[in-house]
Amino acid sequence: MVRTDSFALILSLLGGVVLLFIVAPLAGLFLETPIASLMETTQDKEVTQSILLTLGTSFGATLFFAFFAIPLAFLLARKNFYGKRWVLGIIDLPIVIPHSAAGIAVLGFISRDSIVGQLASNVGLDFVGHPVGIALAMAFVSIPFLINAAKDGFSSVPVRLEQAAKNLGASSIRVLFTISIPLAWRHILSGFILMFARGLSEFGAVVIVAYHPMITPVLIFERYTSYGLKYARPVAVVFILVCLVFFIGLRLLVRGSKQKDSVGIPPLNEKK
Amino acid sequence: MLELKNVSLHVGQFELQDVSLKIQQGEYYVILGLSGAGKSMLLECISGMKLPYQGSIIMDGIDITYEKIQKRNIGYVFQDHAVFPHMNVYDNVAYAIRRSRSKTEIRDKVHEVAKIVNIQHLLNRQPTTLSGGESQRVALARTLIREPKYILLDEPFASLDVQLRDDLRALLRKINRLGKTIIHVTHDYEEAISLAQKIAVFQDGRIIQQGNSFEVFSNPVSGFVARFRGIRNFFSVKMKSKNTVDFNDGLTIEIPAQKSISSGYLMINSQDVSVAKSRDEAILSNQFKGVITDVIPNFKGNEISIKSDLHLTSFITHQLFKQLNIKIGDEIWASIHPKNIKYLISN
Repeated sequence: MVRTDSFALILSLLGGVVLLFIVAPLAGLFLETPIASLMETTQDKEVTQSILLTLGTSFGATLFFAFFAIPLAFLLARKNFYGKRWVLGIIDLPIVIPHSAAGIAVLGFISRDSIVGQLASNVGLDFVGHPVGIALAMAFVSIPFLINAAKDGFSSVPVRLEQAAKNLGASSIRVLFTISIPLAWRHILSGFILMFARGLSEFGAVVIVAYHPMITPVLIFERYTSYGLKYARPVAVVFILVCLVFFIGLRLLVRGSKQKDSVGIPPLNEKK
Repeated sequence: MLELKNVSLHVGQFELQDVSLKIQQGEYYVILGLSGAGKSMLLECISGMKLPYQGSIIMDGIDITYEKIQKRNIGYVFQDHAVFPHMNVYDNVAYAIRRSRSKTEIRDKVHEVAKIVNIQHLLNRQPTTLSGGESQRVALARTLIREPKYILLDEPFASLDVQLRDDLRALLRKINRLGKTIIHVTHDYEEAISLAQKIAVFQDGRIIQQGNSFEVFSNPVSGFVARFRGIRNFFSVKMKSKNTVDFNDGLTIEIPAQKSISSGYLMINSQDVSVAKSRDEAILSNQFKGVITDVIPNFKGNEISIKSDLHLTSFITHQLFKQLNIKIGDEIWASIHPKNIKYLISN
């Protein structure tokens, strides 16, 4: 006889509402978009260029800031210092402030009136309306995801292992690259994916820093306001599909990054 | 020689106080103490993982108190072994020499130490597939490959069953015979006595006695040290005459005649405390009436706790236990022949 777990049933029903809330609009979007218009959109140069720009700027921003975010995450995971709570709060700030406000803040930082903007201008680079400006706006709102994930990853590595490596003569930098990062790698990669994905989907901050060249979220907005829902929908579907391909691909990479048994230890008698 | 001079260290609520040790090259030195006594902290201090706020650590005449961990060349085998989980056994063992030797040299060296600790067959394995004993050997090999002068072992027998303990004991003796100085911390008296050339007994962050193992356990300076040897009857006393001692509450006990009057300790083996259901009129001294408060059986006999003027522990055979029909709460007479009492003069 099967026993009914009414509590689990209630939880499932409540959870089902949330799932429906996520799936229904997306399903509607896909179902209401004819295949023919989708095919047409994939041939649209403006769309493909904006998708490439979005992927490139988000990936570039994630990669560039990883060089600074990962050491910071390690420091936060391993060291206690005065003001650490403040630093942690500052890192989470971009998550809680409105993204349009973030855009205004970034614009103020990189515009020609600012020191950074003037310095860049001196070498012929204008961040505003430039892919670099877009990447900076994306990074500003998405970097907390990478820092927090990497920090959690480093915190999950037992300090004992790092001490053992140092005891075996390894320098701190070697310990970081041979023990800490490999063991926190899955967290770091997850953070990398989250930052990249968050960068792809950014609209509010980017639209203020650079309306042109158009990243795809801005293009979708442009098509919607200029031509209506019918013209915005295929671009949205294509972009969602591209994001899903990258998201699933990187997730599979994280799952596959489990260490495999290494083979081929040279036996003693195999002298060269 | 490794020398600790008045080393004091503070970690949270815990403190190591004024620890001084001298460990000669090639010695097998055991630090014995209960869990939480600060033994591991002392090893971390010697290895450089923790820095003392006072005192110094001298290795072969050089002050290494504030030297980096990497520069000390003191091997440390952790209690939990700390084998790198993302590297196979070969890479774990080779880790210390990976940057400094050629591939051929690394391979030869790995096989050489693997042979010493008998893990040649494990080199391709992942740490997650190793047993506690195997993991322990990998940690030892990984330490040995760096050829440290001193090896620190933190409770190396903690996670091993009896058979593996014997094997590891033999292995540690072998490593010591190869000229390595070993500093081994443990809470296990049997382990200490079977390996140590010298012993330091640790209590609450202090060394309370040190010397060669025979000296330490023949002349314990406190009940704490005596209890490690399984001696339950250990009392602090003052001599009243050359063959009697006084307890604080006025109780007097006869002991073997001494040369002079002094303060000291009485040590009585549990087997030498006789018990009977009634008073033996033939015994003129050292006979006490008490109540049995606890009985702990083992395969050799029964350990009986007796609450009397003295809190005594007696060890009797199963046969006598049955014959006397002993139960907790029974009244009993305990007696000790003066010749079986050992008197130790306190320092």
